[in-house]
Amino acid sequence: MIDGFLALYLFMLAAFTGHEIISRVPVILHTPLMSGSNFVHGIVLVGAMVALGEATTPLQMWIGAIGVFLGAGNAAGGYVVTERMLEMFKSSKKPGSTSQGAK
Amino acid sequence: MNSAQLISLLIQASYFVAAVLLIMGIKRMSSPVTARSGIQWAGVGVLVAVIATFFHSGMHHVVLMLAAIIASTALAWYSGKKVAMTDMPQMVALYNGMGGGSAAAIGASALLAFASMPTASFVPNQPHVNQSQLILAVLGALIGSISFTGSLIAFAKLQGWMDKTFRFPGQQVVNGLCFLAAVAFGAMVVLHLQTQYIVLFFAAALLFGILMTLPIGGADMPVVISLYNAFTGLAVGFEGYVQQNVALIIAGTVVGAAGTLLTRLMAKAMNRSISNVLFSNFGGGGASAAEIKGSMKPIDADDAASLLYLAEKIIIVPGYGMAVAQAQHKIWELSQQLIKRDKDVKFAIHPVAGRMPGHMNVLLAEAGVPYDLIADMDDINPEFPNCDVAIVIGANDVVNPVAKTDKSSPIYGMPILDVAKAKQVIVIKRGKGTGFAGIENALFYQDNCKMLYADGQEAANKLIAGLKAVDGGSGH
Repeated sequence: MIDGFLALYLFMLAAFTGHEIISRVPVILHTPLMSGSNFVHGIVLVGAMVALGEATTPLQMWIGAIGVFLGAGNAAGGYVVTERMLEMFKSSKKPGSTSQGAK
Repeated sequence: MNSAQLISLLIQASYFVAAVLLIMGIKRMSSPVTARSGIQWAGVGVLVAVIATFFHSGMHHVVLMLAAIIASTALAWYSGKKVAMTDMPQMVALYNGMGGGSAAAIGASALLAFASMPTASFVPNQPHVNQSQLILAVLGALIGSISFTGSLIAFAKLQGWMDKTFRFPGQQVVNGLCFLAAVAFGAMVVLHLQTQYIVLFFAAALLFGILMTLPIGGADMPVVISLYNAFTGLAVGFEGYVQQNVALIIAGTVVGAAGTLLTRLMAKAMNRSISNVLFSNFGGGGASAAEIKGSMKPIDADDAASLLYLAEKIIIVPGYGMAVAQAQHKIWELSQQLIKRDKDVKFAIHPVAGRMPGHMNVLLAEAGVPYDLIADMDDINPEFPNCDVAIVIGANDVVNPVAKTDKSSPIYGMPILDVAKAKQVIVIKRGKGTGFAGIENALFYQDNCKMLYADGQEAANKLIAGLKAVDGGSGH
């Protein structure tokens, strides 16, 4: 059981981690990173699966199923759009792309 | 150790690996060089955790679970692959809302389980309701519900299914009462744990998400989506605590903190506080107090092309209008024609141009513009006085000099791109309307500014043709 101050420390350390990771990011990555962090909270699917798996009443079962449906959409959709965005990032130093050098 | 214990140990180990992969994934996504591998690491992390969860002891309804996962994944995968790059912001809003809804569903399920204790217990060997879990279940459900309906409204607005703003007198009072009702019912749930309070609590929380988002205008959507992203993260973290799942706590809290910081950075770029975005009536109807003198001077594409031909240093300022016109490819083609003629071409991006922070960067990257030709506001602003021609395409409020001069203007104090200081400005615009903030743009009335009235793609095509007509297309 994670409880009391142990839980508080966990939340605190995770919050600092999130803050640190983002604070040095160039503006050009803000959108993909927002999309990427949107995918990361798609891990909520795991929680919804447990909620559905442990459901004991029909109401809980349907709420759990909705949760799983929504969570899977968050994870799958978040992954696809983030990957599509990041696929496009290239620098002009790479061969194949036109750059200032193409005079 | 028996086999059940071993499986439980392996599941916990998988969650640990997943948490590490997710954090490393976000870390890698924060640099352009490693960004692509970042999302893949995070993807493996979630996959590992999902597979492990199937082996959780006492899992029922596995067929239903698989059906829901497969149906939703297929739908989301298809829509995510198909959507145009310009429509990305609303897709992010939609998927984010789904995550918030999922967290709210976990909360609802947990609260119902708590209400029927001790017959159902979320944690083995603990038949009594744990107060801290109960409180966090309510908090997570509140935040998740707001994020769910709020994001869906944001999605509907950006998709154009809904009027940009929806306001009525006394709206803030109604919203405030709705929020208080949600909090009060939440407190009743914590104190009494009865099903009717749980239902009322969710109804009020879901309604508040809708009401809160309705009056917010299109220009503020980036901040709102980012805020709801942070909300969902936080909700996931709280519900993770309810389920005693460390992977959810860590991933959710990291996103909650990162999203909050991102939201603040964006609000700062607009020189506004988050509460100002959420609760003020900015973005509609508010006419600027100061009258602007002068007139807008039109220019045709051939004359504009000649100006470009004679210029040496050219800065292109794209805005959401470019995205709407899908003109990013044509604009890059025009830029390549200019670069071929030895012009110094740069793109200047305002931090809040578009519908998400960095939205313009993504669109330009899609068109093939190398990211080292793209400059941030602080880097490019000192270069405008030396710039021969600045081309503004589909940007409006972010280049409006009244933000610096007119204290009565709603956008006063917002940092802007100093386009007004360029020797010549060409504004490509479809019509004479105002920007999202509904404010007249003093730039358009300046003597050094010419208006090229056209759709973005059409204008770029004509400029390319005009350039080729001047020198016969040789580039010399």
